[in-house]
Amino acid sequence: MTRILEVRKNILKKNDMLAGDLRDKFQSAGVCVVDLVSSPGAGKTELLEKTLEKLSDKGYEVAALVGDLETENDANRLARSGVPVRQIETHGICHLEAEMVDNHLRDWDLSKLDFLFIENVGNLVCPSSYDLGEDFRVVFLAVTEGEDKPLKYPTIYNSSDVAIITKIDLAEAVEFDRQTAVESIHSVRPGIPILEVSAKKEIGMDEWISFLESKVNKKATVAEV
Amino acid sequence: MHELSIAVIIVETVEENLPSKEEKVEKVFLKIGKLSGVVKDALLFSFEIAAKDSQMENAVVEIEELPVIVFCDSCEMSLELGDPPIFRCENCGEATPKIEQGKELEIVSVELKNKK
Repeated sequence: MTRILEVRKNILKKNDMLAGDLRDKFQSAGVCVVDLVSSPGAGKTELLEKTLEKLSDKGYEVAALVGDLETENDANRLARSGVPVRQIETHGICHLEAEMVDNHLRDWDLSKLDFLFIENVGNLVCPSSYDLGEDFRVVFLAVTEGEDKPLKYPTIYNSSDVAIITKIDLAEAVEFDRQTAVESIHSVRPGIPILEVSAKKEIGMDEWISFLESKVNKKATVAEV
Repeated sequence: MHELSIAVIIVETVEENLPSKEEKVEKVFLKIGKLSGVVKDALLFSFEIAAKDSQMENAVVEIEELPVIVFCDSCEMSLELGDPPIFRCENCGEATPKIEQGKELEIVSVELKNKK
């Protein structure tokens, strides 16, 4: 006689529940939380550094959590912008989980923050399964990566809310095919807003900052109701 | 490769649900959607490591892979997408962002070893 035991459990339930709690916490604190995902070297840290500076200059209170397998190099680099930055060293784990985010918020007063950025581990596969309680997820595609990358990693693109094509200043040099890239992104994630940015050459930064500001304003309005 | 973390959760979750510490698991049945971010072969490989010295040691893993199914608002019908999934209706050409299936990551059931 075969004995079958029904389990019926979502494998990531624990992470999803914790992420839900974090989302409630972020919502009541009125902080807009942005999760940044990309392959290694697509320009997350560079763009984040400029973003923190610009938002800070405009009077917003910003902070960042930075995930990496090892080293605190990125946190040290981002700390130059003068805003609170904390490194999450995952020690070999290829993605961030809600629990890691929760553990690293510790004594931060979230209600004083307008934006919290979470720079995920550079990886286009694993982070896609883990909700961190973020308001939205931003996926980066560097012009140096190949226009069909979204088709190779549909899950991460599909789970993202905004796509940024980075290093756009190099587009011509690497013969980047903009139309194909945009089509690839839209074919795995219809309707996703796409921005084109070069953090180094300050191209498209104003649009990106305006986009972020529109999100924080919206959130403030919601909170007042 | 986050499949090892996933495999560890599977072993923990199943053990929590077993009626006693003496039970051994013969088979575990999983449902994995094509958009779950989990790779079947990597999970099978990781499971052997995660299950060692547990009540699931040497258990067979049966994975039902679920294709991505979306709903086309214009045609008012569900469509199964291929690999890679292109979110566009093959009938009318409209974008189909509404996902009905494909993100699942679920332990369905386990088959227990018969006691001697």
